[in-house]
Amino acid sequence: MHHVALQALDLAAQRGVQYADVRLVESKSQDLSTRNGRVSQVADAESVGMAIRMLVDGGWGFAATDDLTPAGVEKAVTMARAIARASTMALKNAARLADEPVHRAKWASPCTIDPFGISVTKKLDHLLRVDEAMRANKAVTLTETLFHANRARQFFVNTEGSEIEQTRTMTGAGCACYVFEDGDLQKRSYPNSFGGQYQLKGWELVEEIDMLSQASRLAEEAAALHSADVCPAGEFTLILDSSQLGLQIHESIGHPIELDRVLGSEANYAGMSFLTVDQLRKLQYGSPLVHVVSDATLEHGPGLGTFAFDDEGVAAQRTDIIREGLFTGYLTSRETAGAIGATRSNGCLRAAGWDRLPLIRMTNTSLEPGTSTLEEVFDVPHAIYMETNKSWSIDDKRYNFQFGCEVAWEIRNGKRVRMLKNPVYSGISTQFWNACQAIANREHWTLWGVPNCGKGQPEQVMGTGHGASPSRFGEISVGSL
Amino acid sequence: MTDAQAREWFSAAQREAREHGVDDVEMFCAEEESALTRFANNAIHQNMSEESRVVSIRVAIGQRTARATTNRMENIREATRTAIELARASEPDAHLMEMFSPGIVEPVMRWDEATAQVTPAMRAEIVREAIGCVEDAGHMAAGMYSTSRASQMLLNSRGLHVRHDETGATFSITATARDSSGWAKASAVRAEDLDPATLARSAAEKGTQSAAPRRMEPGRYRVLLEPAAVLDLVGQIFGDCSATALEEERSFLTGRMGERLFGENITIYDDVRHPLQDGAPFDGEGVARRALTLFANGVPGEMPYGRAAAARAGRKPTGHGLSVPNEAGECVTNIVIAGGSHSPADLLRELGDGILVTRLWYIREVDPFRKVMTGMTRDGTFLVEGGEIVCGLQNFRFNESVVEMLRRVEAMSAPVRASGEEAFDMVVPAMLVNDFPFTEVTLF
Repeated sequence: MHHVALQALDLAAQRGVQYADVRLVESKSQDLSTRNGRVSQVADAESVGMAIRMLVDGGWGFAATDDLTPAGVEKAVTMARAIARASTMALKNAARLADEPVHRAKWASPCTIDPFGISVTKKLDHLLRVDEAMRANKAVTLTETLFHANRARQFFVNTEGSEIEQTRTMTGAGCACYVFEDGDLQKRSYPNSFGGQYQLKGWELVEEIDMLSQASRLAEEAAALHSADVCPAGEFTLILDSSQLGLQIHESIGHPIELDRVLGSEANYAGMSFLTVDQLRKLQYGSPLVHVVSDATLEHGPGLGTFAFDDEGVAAQRTDIIREGLFTGYLTSRETAGAIGATRSNGCLRAAGWDRLPLIRMTNTSLEPGTSTLEEVFDVPHAIYMETNKSWSIDDKRYNFQFGCEVAWEIRNGKRVRMLKNPVYSGISTQFWNACQAIANREHWTLWGVPNCGKGQPEQVMGTGHGASPSRFGEISVGSL
Repeated sequence: MTDAQAREWFSAAQREAREHGVDDVEMFCAEEESALTRFANNAIHQNMSEESRVVSIRVAIGQRTARATTNRMENIREATRTAIELARASEPDAHLMEMFSPGIVEPVMRWDEATAQVTPAMRAEIVREAIGCVEDAGHMAAGMYSTSRASQMLLNSRGLHVRHDETGATFSITATARDSSGWAKASAVRAEDLDPATLARSAAEKGTQSAAPRRMEPGRYRVLLEPAAVLDLVGQIFGDCSATALEEERSFLTGRMGERLFGENITIYDDVRHPLQDGAPFDGEGVARRALTLFANGVPGEMPYGRAAAARAGRKPTGHGLSVPNEAGECVTNIVIAGGSHSPADLLRELGDGILVTRLWYIREVDPFRKVMTGMTRDGTFLVEGGEIVCGLQNFRFNESVVEMLRRVEAMSAPVRASGEEAFDMVVPAMLVNDFPFTEVTLF
């Protein structure tokens, strides 16, 4: 299929462009799920398409098509050019791109056990056994399990001479159970809520998370929540598990550092950011324990934000975002890097598929492991420990947040003393991170996948990665709703 | 996508299925061309178009079923084989219904040729004019203008053949000032029914009026929620309004059917044929969508039933089933809240002293049974005294039970087609609500 992308690029170049790139993407996916012991989803999908993005007289044009015939490709190129010309009708500043070396590369994410190579019968059998194990607890009123796999092969070319082929294989799996009783619905999920865990791995991910080993615990906890006390309200020392902290990073660090938001590109939809450019290398974002990186390299781990090149051909990089609490970096693209005086993009322009325009997106935005043992994180006279996200909300400049979790425990002298239900906590992003008191070491660090991050118009749903280990924060507003 | 093309694709799938001893085949075909011009900082910065086709094939083998989807029309036979392999590998589902035998589906006209023919230059011209309206007010404009045309068909081996064609246009704009902002959005089947310049002026005026926002303490306030705010908040409850959600005891209506849950002034329909609605007049299995009175004077009434849920309950399907197989059963997508008779100006006077809310943002469920939602106000929150806007306010976080809120609605405007970002477009009124709980204030 490479010839199709090259044909589109040649056509664009012949018609005169400042810059053009073409992405041709072939993807296939599989979704399996069960619900209360029944198979509720068995579906495969494949999609192939091409997008051309071009810069003409400083204006951007973008057209995507799944008609890959010569006529279809020519139509897309013609449309992209017409759109670029139209963009110049309301243009203030011509777009300019930071330099990037020419790359010719081929890369594939590691995948030990091909998720498409395992039989559907085996996969469904696994999900049904997990489902059954949760339903063994008679209090359970609804169970869910799911498996998702996706493989996307992308061929990228641009008018500067880059030719990059990348293949990424992603797998996700999870389970959840609900207990409805006396007008109250309680839920426990594993290994994370809203679909489970997602990484750039194969079937080995499903084996690693071992849902079957956790099924009965989940059911017991969902049932026990009905007789648990509600989480007390007040200012408490708060300990978060690594999955909840991953989402906290996503919302209160990952989005605010997107430079397109800062510059106003998302003002109408996803919003802007409190991190105006004058705060770079000046704002004390967190306590000195807080080190956050944006890292798309494989060395960081098989996260949903791991790749070799972003979707405008910039090589994967590791960027310090917060170092010893000081705010040090944004997520950038070739067009925006110059706005903060950078001479090169740090490689964060990503598209959700062949039919979408690449935008600045998180790669793997992670809190680096600390030095504390888990016992040291919990070693306080009194704290509230929360686990597994239930709700999340933050304002459109990313100051004020509120998160709810599925379950909490009151901690006394380092030990769990009682289960608490309906816990929530809230705060202001920088105040929260400055209240960080302890971060567990690498032994407890997990690279979580958030598969459902929405941004852009038309909306694009993107996978991002967030490494975190359980951490403690002082004097956080906690309550129950 | 012509009918003949779709029939040809379906015949190919059916032939392949028969070669493998499978008779029951269903095919969903869709084709779409859409374009979106996005602007920020008073200039077009993202501008795109896409065209796509997709064919989704489902086979049923006894009580087993599975689906395979492709956008490569040359792969239809292969996709059919994939669906067969998946179905054979799957487990039997006692709830699986035989494929739907065609009924009567009255078409609904939602195609506007002029909208289908909007060009990039036409969109850019409209955007340029809207930016000018915001620039004139001294603010920064960001927003988008999109147009689309789409066709879908559903066919099956029992003779089902239904089709729906639709155009659409959406315009939204945010006017950002030094310490304030305003927003407006609208959507329609016909681009001609949108008035981007008026929306731009409205957003700019809100940006101006909310300058130097005052900080008010959190608490319970009397609020006037504009239609977009109503849509985004009340829209969070409709995922629970389904027979399958009730059966699985995951709905807030579990054990509450027939009980007066909301105020007597709250009546909510689902009606695909409402003149301000959009969407196809048939569901994921081809059943004609029937209008439902979901809540009559505050009491839960008719719920949507897909074919499987209807069979289990001994009822008739309502035409709200999702494509099979699925996890959720059915859903409503054409919400109409009956509303009242007040004009927007009347409602502001009626509010007297309180808070006017333009839109809500990042709404998430905190309690699934009480339907407690949290979220933020955004882009135009105002202090109102004596029925007049006094000044802008810093944005609030709310934690509100939608069930309880719908008991505290004092007055409503006539319903309009509203468009937000947290729920699908609906026909809803503005609502004057007492004791709305703002729990925190953010820093802007």
